[in-house]
Amino acid sequence: MSALRRRKAGNVFMLGLTYVAAVLATLPLLFILFHLLQKGASTLTPDFFTNMPRPVGEAGGGMSNAIVGTLILIAIAAAIGLPVGIGAGLYLAEKRGGALAMTVRYLSDVLNGLPSIVLGIFAWQFLVRPFGNFSALAGGIALGAMMIPLVTRTTEEMIRLVPNSLREAALALGYPRWRTSMSVILRTALPGIVTGALVAVARIAGETAPLLFTAFGNQFWSTTLDEPIAALPLQIFAYAISPYDEWHKQAWAGALVLIVIVLIISLAARHATRARFGSAAD
Amino acid sequence: MGDAIASSGTSGGFARGRRVASLAGAAPGDRVYRVVITAFALMIPALLLLIAVAIGVAAWPALSAAGLSFITSSEWNVQAGKFGAAPAIYGTLVSSFIALVLATPLALGVAIFLSEIAPKWLRQPVAFLVDLLAAIPSVVYGLWGIFFLVPMLRDHVVPFFRDTLHLGNTPLFSGPAYGPSMLAAGVILAIMALPYISAVTREVLIAVPRSQRDAALALGATKWEMIWDAVIPYARSGIIGGVILGLGRALGETMAVTMVIGNRPEISASLLAPGYTMASLIANEFTEATSDLHLSALMAVGAVLFVITLIVNGMARWLVWRVASGPKS
Repeated sequence: MSALRRRKAGNVFMLGLTYVAAVLATLPLLFILFHLLQKGASTLTPDFFTNMPRPVGEAGGGMSNAIVGTLILIAIAAAIGLPVGIGAGLYLAEKRGGALAMTVRYLSDVLNGLPSIVLGIFAWQFLVRPFGNFSALAGGIALGAMMIPLVTRTTEEMIRLVPNSLREAALALGYPRWRTSMSVILRTALPGIVTGALVAVARIAGETAPLLFTAFGNQFWSTTLDEPIAALPLQIFAYAISPYDEWHKQAWAGALVLIVIVLIISLAARHATRARFGSAAD
Repeated sequence: MGDAIASSGTSGGFARGRRVASLAGAAPGDRVYRVVITAFALMIPALLLLIAVAIGVAAWPALSAAGLSFITSSEWNVQAGKFGAAPAIYGTLVSSFIALVLATPLALGVAIFLSEIAPKWLRQPVAFLVDLLAAIPSVVYGLWGIFFLVPMLRDHVVPFFRDTLHLGNTPLFSGPAYGPSMLAAGVILAIMALPYISAVTREVLIAVPRSQRDAALALGATKWEMIWDAVIPYARSGIIGGVILGLGRALGETMAVTMVIGNRPEISASLLAPGYTMASLIANEFTEATSDLHLSALMAVGAVLFVITLIVNGMARWLVWRVASGPKS
């Protein structure tokens, strides 16, 4: 009887520990969000979005150039990562078990596991060294390369969810395969692919390491693609490791903006997923 | 029967469809389509090959100059042209190891909570909150680390270990505690690896067949005994795969670590001493590298990091794959 009681006590204790684990695992997020709001919100005036960075000692100042820079970098990355990722995903979904498909799938996972700093030095070697200057384009391409495996994987998964009967129906109606893929398969899988694309964008939006030696950062206003460009993560990094209190405040405000951008994209992704599950019910 | 044809997929059913379509004169479009998607697919191996070759070639001068001492020597002296990356390699491995030691039990606990215990209404929100940890940019972790985690560890956690638990005399907690340290890097990496480990673990736990649980319960097991003796062993290699996946993330993590580890190329037994990692070494010195050999040495550090993550991720994938394709009763 006491053995049973001991087992039951152990049961309650261990199950209780999993509750503790759940609480502990959510705490860091709540702490981080709390500190961001506490330290960043006061600096976050409209000026922050419209002003350029100012030297130490001058009040005010913002990160308008870095915010715009980050948006430009995301756009370049998406212009590269989306077509390649979706194309490769289509290929993988159509040739599931082929030798090339297996290889590409494996290598896509390898690319996904590659440390982002390694992509950074690669992009430097290829796109900065030969031209002799840092550029927005090099940074965007490095981020785009990061996006490719993410988009490839979700595209393949989403296309696989499309019922085969749809594909067969389209082919039976005399649609050529390319039109079947484009206007039936891709269209059906679109919400899922949009989700995957948004998740990928959210992931690269805050990346810093690949930009250190490519986009490099810029204290001035620049939207030229072959010049160094400011980026929110780079600016946060530079300000965070600086010795000035005012710059620390700016870093917190910048981090808050960055997090809000990432969260909005993540929530949009979740919304798109829900739309998919809603329509897949029939 | 219809299912069999459908699931035979591209090979059987569609080959016939294609022939019909080509009779109808649609072949050119199909051929273009196939060439285009194949080209996109081929970009992935091409890109990876390009990365490997570019970094390998750039790293070669330093690697051939230093030989094996590149990974065994602790002397990183730019002026003297001596490049020994041992402290950075050591720091990468140790900080990631600390991260796993801290994150694994926590991730396992969360995953069990979410897959076996939590009431339905709680699962989604908790899973979402944990997943969100993965969405926070590394530079934000670093910022938070500098201004909250590092002071917190220095002022509260370290005194607790030293004075309350009297561990101050052990090598792990010896020496002065300035703040930025191997411990801080390990803790921040643990938080960052947690969502990856718990997500994979949750998935493999959910994939464990219902019958496995029912059988344990029918034998009179308590809920915990069922989880520990029937569910976890079944999912073990998948869980290990998830942990190794988290390890892969931790090994390559750059910004957050660079901001809290202290960046000093020395090997110290104390967790409170500053250290260095391969990624932060590259991040710190790359733009200031002046000599070609220095650049090449940093590229070589990148190459070593590349190879290590390649091995680690390969192991993780193999383990997860073994669960996924394992016997499903």
